[in-house]
Amino acid sequence: MYRYDEFDRGFVAERAAEFRDQVRRRLSGELSEDQFRPLRLMNGLYLQLHAYMLRVAVPYGVLSPRQLRKLAHIARKYDRGYGHFTTRQNIQYNWIQLKDAPDILADLAQVDMHAIQTSGNCIRNVTSDHFAGAAPDEIVDPRAYGEILRQWSSLHPEFSFLPRKFKIAIIGGPHDRAAMRAHDIGIEVKREKGVIGFAVYAGGGLGRTPMPARKLRDFLPEEDLIAYCEAILRVYNLEGRRDNKYKARIKILVHETGEAEFRQLVEDEFAAIDKSLYRIDPAHAARIVAQFAPPPFAVLPARSAIFESARARDAALAAFAARNVAPHRQPGYGILTISLKPVGAPPGDATAGQIEAIADLTETYSFGEARVSHEQNIVLPHVRLDDIPEIFATLQAHDLATPNAGLVTDIIACPGLDYCALANARSIPVAQNIARRFADLDRQRAIGDLKIKISGCINACGHHHVGHIGILGVDRKGEEFYQITLGGSGDENFAIGEIVGRGFAAGEITDAVETIVEAYLRLRESADETFLSAYRRLGATPFKEALYATEPA
Amino acid sequence: MALYRNGAFETDAWSYPADDAPIPGSGPVALPRTRYISERDALMQRADPLALVLRPGEDLAGVEGDLARFAMIVLDIPKYSDGRLYSIARLLRERWAFAGELRARGDILRDQIAFLHRVGVDSYEIAHEGTIAALQSGAIAAVRRHYQRAARNDDSIPGVR
Repeated sequence: MYRYDEFDRGFVAERAAEFRDQVRRRLSGELSEDQFRPLRLMNGLYLQLHAYMLRVAVPYGVLSPRQLRKLAHIARKYDRGYGHFTTRQNIQYNWIQLKDAPDILADLAQVDMHAIQTSGNCIRNVTSDHFAGAAPDEIVDPRAYGEILRQWSSLHPEFSFLPRKFKIAIIGGPHDRAAMRAHDIGIEVKREKGVIGFAVYAGGGLGRTPMPARKLRDFLPEEDLIAYCEAILRVYNLEGRRDNKYKARIKILVHETGEAEFRQLVEDEFAAIDKSLYRIDPAHAARIVAQFAPPPFAVLPARSAIFESARARDAALAAFAARNVAPHRQPGYGILTISLKPVGAPPGDATAGQIEAIADLTETYSFGEARVSHEQNIVLPHVRLDDIPEIFATLQAHDLATPNAGLVTDIIACPGLDYCALANARSIPVAQNIARRFADLDRQRAIGDLKIKISGCINACGHHHVGHIGILGVDRKGEEFYQITLGGSGDENFAIGEIVGRGFAAGEITDAVETIVEAYLRLRESADETFLSAYRRLGATPFKEALYATEPA
Repeated sequence: MALYRNGAFETDAWSYPADDAPIPGSGPVALPRTRYISERDALMQRADPLALVLRPGEDLAGVEGDLARFAMIVLDIPKYSDGRLYSIARLLRERWAFAGELRARGDILRDQIAFLHRVGVDSYEIAHEGTIAALQSGAIAAVRRHYQRAARNDDSIPGVR
């Protein structure tokens, strides 16, 4: 993984010192809240319903044991003993006091972390595939390019006051685990005839106007990555709407300009840029790529006798392995997902003790590397199959062994009205109730792959548009109400879910989800036909009939 | 408004005639783009320095060929969050090779000084009282290291410690 050099450390230390000065001025009354607001937002500090929230950047979701331990320390010392992992692979703390924020940033700087650009109308933390460098279907490890983009976008002087926030995701293979097409810029690293290039997409986004990103380039030369991103950002900065914040994202510009004309604007700007100034210095790029070299894997047989016999003996381990261990490109290894979705708990939360346990596992079993997934789980990317029984036992001891990766209870939810000042409705209790309803593991496994995603308002932080079943909380005359969308998908078969019909009250939403799931089980051709496949074959009609059949006409 | 330039506050020598007021016959004068274009021929006779004022959203259309005539280009910032001028400034410096003074004028926050410097701005006419006070007391701390290239790539930023 990437290790900070002297320059990176100085950069973060300067930033932490700058923010300490700003907080001091706010606390002394020298700055009003109005004057302070844009400064704190540049440092990821939000004023929420009950307290300040600090969002810490985790570039492309990669964490070391040292960083995890520091995150646990911060949770214990400055928060209420836990942190919340987000759909943008970050971690946020929901109970922060302003006076502590400078100390937290100083603590983070000790482990090469910060909160720069985790809020505000700037280029946000770059996200990537949480299986990067481990997945068998990967063509190129995208993380080195994620790091190059991180450096380029950090405190960019031209692009820090954009019309609206700007999110970049990068993947390294045909299978999209990062919802790349839901981003302002989506990049797929490719290799053709031994040459690296990028498919570049722009104009994707969720929120109140969900749109898939459009492909601008199929194979942009490697050396032009930064110049091309500058061209897109400059067109957006100059042409994006600033009259209405709900129409200010680049997706609206692409939509209103038209895909062909927008592409032409970008290409014209790109043609006018002196690309020689932006070419990534090959020596610099090589240094970065080298930092993402594969760890020293042992040569092992593909099949682990230890693992196979343990899971034959232990049904709990077998259940866990069936869902939470994915194939690795290296024989004898696996990719292990630690679910942060135990039934009845807020999705994505982890206690300080759990984070420390994960740090230890990462150090002992995964070459010192963990990942945050956009599905709000933690991934140990490189574990020996031989070690999985031991890892599983440790996870069980820390309530981290929930065997539900990708199942109906592995729900994405935003913080919702329990924390967020923007929310119209609660998300977490809806997720908890659905998880309780489907708590029976045999039932979950019979249902199979099913992604439920819940947002507490139209800003769609819970990605409901790309949930197989999406749930959107709305305010209806002061009452929390929930709209259901079906058929969304954030992967390479990207689709925006369709609204199924009238919404449901908080007391009805769990029943409605169960009705949909039961209809699927009745309608599927076989257990191999997933919910999404069945929906795409059948359309919305049978699900609507199941949901609304009993209503008076 | 207070003018900050070359690391110190100074008195502004430029005049900004109102749209319906006559253009003074002598002395440095700053004009909006539309007025400059409509009075271009008469302004040819004028010997004293001329500046162009660009509003947010205005580009160089109609004045591309005249840049060498301007001793200064002023980029108006009615609201700090409108970041279009950062792109215009870089284009002026890097694409159009504008070598005169580049001035940002309006609602400028303290943590924007370093960014404005990097995109090529030389002087700041500041409305924001907090920013004026911060510059007066030398209180602006900012990150001076940078990862990416822009119009200016040195680490020394006037007004920033």
